[in-house]
Amino acid sequence: MFSFLKKNSSETATAPTAEKSGTSWIVRLKSGLARTGNQLSDLFSRGGMIDDELYDELETILITSDVGMDATNALLADLRRHVREHKLSEASELKAALAHCLLKLLKPLAIPLQADTHQPFVIMMVGVNGAGKTTSIGKLAKHFQSQGLSVLLAAGDTFRAAAREQLITWGERNNVTVIAQQSGDAAAVIFDAIQSAQARKIDVVIADTAGRLATQTHLMEEIKKVKRVISKVMPETANSPAAPHEVLLVLDANTGQNALSQVKAFDQALGVTGLVLTKLDGTAKGGVIAAIAKAHPIPVRFIGVGEGLDDLRPFVAEEFIAALLDQPA
Amino acid sequence: MLDNLTQRLSGVIKNLRGQARLTESNIQDALREVRMALLEADVALPVVKDFAAQVKQAAMGQEVIGNLNPGQAFIGVVHRELTKLMGEHNDALNLAITPPAVILMAGLQGAGKTTTSGKLAKLLRDQQKKKVLLVSCDVYRPAAIEQLRTLAAQLEIDFYASDISQKPQDIALAALDYARKHYHDVLIVDTAGRLAIDEAMMAEIKQLHAGLKPIETLFVVDAMTGQDAVNTAKAFGEALPLTGVVLTKLDGDARGGAALSVRHVTGKPIKFIGVSEKPNGLEPFHPERMASRVLGMGDVLSLLEEAQRGVDVQEAEKLAKKVKSGQGFDLNDFKMQMVQMRKMGGVSALLDKLPAQLSKAATDSKVDDKAISRLEGIINSMTPLERSKPELIKASRKRRIAMGAGVQVMHVNQLLKQFEQTQSMMKMFSKGGGMAKMMRNMAGKIPGMR
Repeated sequence: MFSFLKKNSSETATAPTAEKSGTSWIVRLKSGLARTGNQLSDLFSRGGMIDDELYDELETILITSDVGMDATNALLADLRRHVREHKLSEASELKAALAHCLLKLLKPLAIPLQADTHQPFVIMMVGVNGAGKTTSIGKLAKHFQSQGLSVLLAAGDTFRAAAREQLITWGERNNVTVIAQQSGDAAAVIFDAIQSAQARKIDVVIADTAGRLATQTHLMEEIKKVKRVISKVMPETANSPAAPHEVLLVLDANTGQNALSQVKAFDQALGVTGLVLTKLDGTAKGGVIAAIAKAHPIPVRFIGVGEGLDDLRPFVAEEFIAALLDQPA
Repeated sequence: MLDNLTQRLSGVIKNLRGQARLTESNIQDALREVRMALLEADVALPVVKDFAAQVKQAAMGQEVIGNLNPGQAFIGVVHRELTKLMGEHNDALNLAITPPAVILMAGLQGAGKTTTSGKLAKLLRDQQKKKVLLVSCDVYRPAAIEQLRTLAAQLEIDFYASDISQKPQDIALAALDYARKHYHDVLIVDTAGRLAIDEAMMAEIKQLHAGLKPIETLFVVDAMTGQDAVNTAKAFGEALPLTGVVLTKLDGDARGGAALSVRHVTGKPIKFIGVSEKPNGLEPFHPERMASRVLGMGDVLSLLEEAQRGVDVQEAEKLAKKVKSGQGFDLNDFKMQMVQMRKMGGVSALLDKLPAQLSKAATDSKVDDKAISRLEGIINSMTPLERSKPELIKASRKRRIAMGAGVQVMHVNQLLKQFEQTQSMMKMFSKGGGMAKMMRNMAGKIPGMR
């Protein structure tokens, strides 16, 4: 499955980091989560019996990985139950047990995005400022193209300086049409883009929107309006729901517990149908997925671990946990 | 909304009532709650541990003074220690050098470096009358240079044009040369976002730093950052001699625990905070306000500022004059107050900013936006004469007003009673010292306000 990941993305060779894209996805995912992973393997390989001290250290590791108090407590409770039921006593056995508990928590989130159910399939990208929406769109376009789908991008971020130019550059790299307007209303740009996609029989439309913090009430109202306008271009029919068919919330993996408030607020306003977790290539990260799985589960569609075009991939719970715990997948 | 510390502690400390001192045994539970609250606010674990130890030391033997209960006294200690940890006072930029003074911006992707560069340029020009030049060394992210160019044009700040075919180092030095020749006071150098573990990129910014010799190297960090803030800050702090930190996106609902982590790890002062998307949304950092925010104690000062922004100054002055001149405060003014309240985002927006105890009390007393619009409805059903002379309103008028507003007579009575209370409060205002007296009363009730 991962053979095609090894090809070099020469288009993005401008960044010094791009040389890393020769290594495989799993390796990069692993190195992204290395910090958490290393801490955990140290803990498990130390040997000895399962005791309270071990649980305490595990708690510390989970908290420092942004899992958050609630999900950490739930995970540990589940782990203790599992250990009791299977009469485990060795510290080395705890790793498999933890993998089991994590999988139980994260598996329900691993639902891949099916983008060929409607034509055009309209995806609306939302998120806070600087989460990586525009960059993710560039990578998503590549992803859908590799599935043989035609893609059109809508430059709906009419607020931030040069957001349009940024998307156009991504479009040029992927050979994808970008619908943009000199100025004006996000809803209008996206409206045009969908109409144009319908005329050209394009498969997937990805609409960019301006970053906004969930506390900015007027901006949240504006994005609700954008969604309403989208649903007017492609209203509900007998065999398909109204557009957008997917509302993707982009989350920065560096974000702490505020990621939860973001998920809740955007979901309440727009009905978020999927998450994209970006920038997993830093250091100690990824735990926030567990926090979300516990408090407000929404499918994680993609995770991003690098700056290369190929570095955004569907989320696979087993892979993620294997990388986290440094196990063979 | 997140559980906040004040609320959580009030439960733990209930059985502490009547004790005159904080001791190791009676603050144990409270300390645990502090740890939890800080973790929920994304303060990094090692920082939380150090801090808890510090609080314990400071709290021990603390006497419970005045009408505070032990819980409030304890929160006071936490708040003071937190403020201390964050630097006690605001540190300004140091630009005292032969111009051009160079400011280098560094940070992760999406932290807000470019936006902050623009805001900082505007702030320095508008408030310190500096001639500023902006330059972008971000040759990686598509349209990053374009973004700064657009910002500079919007703000009417000089911009040194660069191109993605150039090397960051060359761009920076050429810009420095340009700034010298054109007598710019300040050169702000925006850089590409980079991960601290990306060795090639970290080497690049080190080289930039060596070439530019900036007097200020600012680390830009997103207030929503989680536990990893410690590692990132540490790595950047080790690679670059940082002189300060800018905390961005504080207008969200993040508690900003990252502030604490970054400050603790780098030991560098937080100099600015980003508080809105607008070009003037960059403010000097105030440790005390941040401490309140991290603790979920409500941001009374920001509330006051918001009130100043939202309130119609002319209307308020008119009212003030009226009250001062001894003319009665009538129902027209009462209604005006409600309209002003709505302009500030309604009761719910105000409650969000209040300390937990107060906002809970207010929720219990059922002051909500609906009730306010009902009050407005009742006043709208009165004749102009009744509004300016409320004492005219007797049983028969009450019935008519209730009918007109679609409420019970009881509600009209309630309104009139509320109005009378407000009226008597207004009389207190008009007498000298009334306001100060009121604030003194309030200060006793709000922890952390002195």
